[in-house]
Amino acid sequence: MEHLNWNGFRGGIWQNEINVRDFVQQNYRPYEGDASFLACATERTEQLMKKVQSLFALERQFDGVLDIDTATVSSLTSFAPGYVDKEHEIIVGLQTNRPLKRSVNPFGGIRMVRQACEAYGYKLSSKVEEEFRFRTTHNDGVFRAYTDEMRQARRCHVITGLPDAYGRGRIIGDYRRVALYGVDRLIADKKKDKAEMERRDFDTAMIRLNEELSRQILFLGYLKEMAASYGYDISQPAKDAREAIQWTYFAYLGAIKEQNGAAMSLGRVSTFFDIYIERDLENGTLTEQEAQELMDDFVIKLRLARHLRTPEYNELFGGDPMWITEAVGGMGEDGRTLVSKSSFRMLNTLYTLGSSPEPNLTVLWSNALPENFKKFCAKVSIDTDSIQYENDDVMRPVYGDDYAIACCVSAMKLGKQMQFFGARCNLAKLLLIAINGGYDTTSNIHIGPQMDVLSGDQLNYETVKERFDIYIGWLSHLYVNTMNIIHYMHDKYAYEKIQMALHDTEVDRFMAFGIAGLSVVADSLSAIKYAGVKPIRDENGFITDFETIGSFPKYGNDDDRVDLIAKELCHLMITELRKTKAYRNAIHTLSVLTITSNVMYGKNTGATPDGRKNAEPFAPGANPMHNREENGALASLNSVAKISYDDCRDGISNTFSITPDALGHSREERTDNLVNILDGYFAKKAHHINVNVLNRETLMDAYENPEKYPNLTIRVSGYAVNFNKLSSEQQREVISRTFHEAI
Amino acid sequence: MQKETLGRIHSIQSLGTVDGPGVRYVIFMQGCPLRCGCCHNPDTWDAAQGAECTAEDAVARALRYREYFGKQGGITLSGGEPLLQCGFAQMVFALCHEQGIHTCMDTSGCILNEDVEKVLAHTDRVLLDIKYVTDEKYRQYVGCSLEKPLTFLKKLEEMQIPTTLRQVIIPTLNDDAESVLALKTLADAHSCVDQVELLPFRKICQTKYDMMEIPFPFADLPEPGKETMEQLKALLGDYQK
Repeated sequence: MEHLNWNGFRGGIWQNEINVRDFVQQNYRPYEGDASFLACATERTEQLMKKVQSLFALERQFDGVLDIDTATVSSLTSFAPGYVDKEHEIIVGLQTNRPLKRSVNPFGGIRMVRQACEAYGYKLSSKVEEEFRFRTTHNDGVFRAYTDEMRQARRCHVITGLPDAYGRGRIIGDYRRVALYGVDRLIADKKKDKAEMERRDFDTAMIRLNEELSRQILFLGYLKEMAASYGYDISQPAKDAREAIQWTYFAYLGAIKEQNGAAMSLGRVSTFFDIYIERDLENGTLTEQEAQELMDDFVIKLRLARHLRTPEYNELFGGDPMWITEAVGGMGEDGRTLVSKSSFRMLNTLYTLGSSPEPNLTVLWSNALPENFKKFCAKVSIDTDSIQYENDDVMRPVYGDDYAIACCVSAMKLGKQMQFFGARCNLAKLLLIAINGGYDTTSNIHIGPQMDVLSGDQLNYETVKERFDIYIGWLSHLYVNTMNIIHYMHDKYAYEKIQMALHDTEVDRFMAFGIAGLSVVADSLSAIKYAGVKPIRDENGFITDFETIGSFPKYGNDDDRVDLIAKELCHLMITELRKTKAYRNAIHTLSVLTITSNVMYGKNTGATPDGRKNAEPFAPGANPMHNREENGALASLNSVAKISYDDCRDGISNTFSITPDALGHSREERTDNLVNILDGYFAKKAHHINVNVLNRETLMDAYENPEKYPNLTIRVSGYAVNFNKLSSEQQREVISRTFHEAI
Repeated sequence: MQKETLGRIHSIQSLGTVDGPGVRYVIFMQGCPLRCGCCHNPDTWDAAQGAECTAEDAVARALRYREYFGKQGGITLSGGEPLLQCGFAQMVFALCHEQGIHTCMDTSGCILNEDVEKVLAHTDRVLLDIKYVTDEKYRQYVGCSLEKPLTFLKKLEEMQIPTTLRQVIIPTLNDDAESVLALKTLADAHSCVDQVELLPFRKICQTKYDMMEIPFPFADLPEPGKETMEQLKALLGDYQK
């Protein structure tokens, strides 16, 4: 198949089938040079950004929510076109008719929408209330099917943050398909798939898929309508770089209008765009300045994306994140780097537009990345604290070279794999429940197998471990069943039409489970094993505190005695989860990631044998507990690197804060040393790292004087946030984390 | 296990970026014969403290970090005075060289004997702390003659071991141009010296002295300002680090 707008591209199988990877492979230009070619922001961009900054300031003044349209249910075509500055925008499209105005999206659950409106002084309109009165939301469906035990597990916070009242997210549409093929071709292909289904046996799965295909086709039509309202016909392939970016953005915009999923990631667009940019540069129809301007304008749009959330939701996912994660860099299966000039242009937006948490720029690091790119990334990290790194060398063998990251650390093949998001369970609380024989002392709820409270004056490691394993088995079964209900209902009542239309019809599915409190549990078991832990009982005989006598190895010091406890816990957990079949034959995966919920998890968990006090925050993700590292930063990294990616295919998050002085004397030294640290960490087969290069004093000053730091961005746990958007509790926790300092 | 390969270690820093080139695994050795007024590690003085460890174990632990070393990094022995434990130091560096790992010695240069020379044979860079450039001050604030580190430097010149001269800048004692220029003259006279590093005197170690219940001799001296440091560093020309 040929198309006029493909002139100048190298042909391949991508012409005959939907295959963006092949298009990229046939046409992209690896770039090994340095950053000197990059252009600065133009006058136009600066003016536009000024306008956007003042909108952000206004939004902050209104407690973080500028405006809510409480009467219009968000969908692709429910809002008139919106602009920041119509005359001067190059890439257009907003979620509603005005920038930063949020819409309501009750398909996940109307209760949360109602609460969110009220929290910001609005009232959900009676029109929407009426519309949804006789309509089942995802949330309604889930709670009809939940068992008593599931409700109890939720209530006592041993499983928390489940997407049972909001959109699940973590699905990445292959938004590039719209640019490369145009919507008409995508519709034609989906219709063909549907027609081919006629010969199949119509069991439940087949009927469901058949209905889903109808909805995908319908919504692809709406996507064209949405673009048409902005004056664009996206039925055909994009003919130049500007159209390629605009078409791709429309596809993403359609997704975030239709869905309010927790994480709505972008994928891997930079090098895809680069092919169009290179073609235009060669034709003389675009300059470097204009190429950067296109990228800047696109990124400005991404920075304006918003969803309406409740304050409780922000406790889990602080800082109002969207997780518009863009994977940058990485290597190809043929050994060529996937770094292009546009990988640099994308990172350059942190200079042209200033540092920012969104889009969530994620560098796919490989030992084989061009040195120039490595250095540029390190420099950007040191200057902006806005990027995270994930190990392409451990992910590429599993996902190939056209995968992207959903949310923080969840890898998936673009357009071929999706995941069922499952938040996380609280392993530290589970340990306490196990010790107390099925009783949670924080919520006073009896849950799980009912046994005697562990007896004796000192906890015995073997006894505790044996007991804990039983409860891990119990919780794993409950967790999978709960997830099966949630995702059955989400598919049924809040199906992602546009995002799934931008996938192959047959996709692989992951079911992503998570654990919180890994370092707390590892250190607690280590204390029980290597020191003496004396349980302290309340008047009813339940163990509510511990007295720990003697020292014990602590996770974060590269000490196998405790690090292997952490590693084996992850292995046990995924092994137990796999024992219960997952909905739609999904593949079980596990993450060690907490977002900002480590504060909330800690708040709901009693004192633990490692010496952590009642209600004290956990460390985030797979991080060692704060300030227990005694051998410096690399020992801490080595401990985390021992957690196996084979056990935790949904990602292992590590947040690393270091002072500039601890990285070296000069800027050059700091850059080189950071490159070496990243190379070393990933050579150890570690999976992920957030890098913050800053002084604790800066954060303390920002805590006291937020107005001085309107754009202070820091990486927290798989994503970046504007420091001012965290709750004061979350801010204090970030300040208390280990900062690796020069000695 | 050979007795002489045992060492007493104060602590380790797995990410050292200021004690030698690149990313370094730094072993702080226990024990020091000097009692410098500006010392920020008084807890390393007592040679009987610290944890015992064999050279083999120490190197095995260090090797867990070799992926981070890149082209420049490696291992640094610091202290305390690492040359108080020559047998251990020599074995550690020899084992590192077997593995192709760069070795760096952070020392006051106050000890020189046959055993020290054996260590130096396996040393790729020396960070030599010339605390003061006049014999008078050296005797007053360090407790021995300046002759000792100067003889040590001569040995380094003879063996052509790349050397960084270091000095902690302490207001009123050595924060003047004359002193820094004398340090530069010393560097000029030795071709093995390719870097001179000035470090600002810091008082965050006060808490250590308090915990040990001993007086911090320089407690009343101020820390040097950023500007002073920049001005003094500028005098160093190409040696600047």
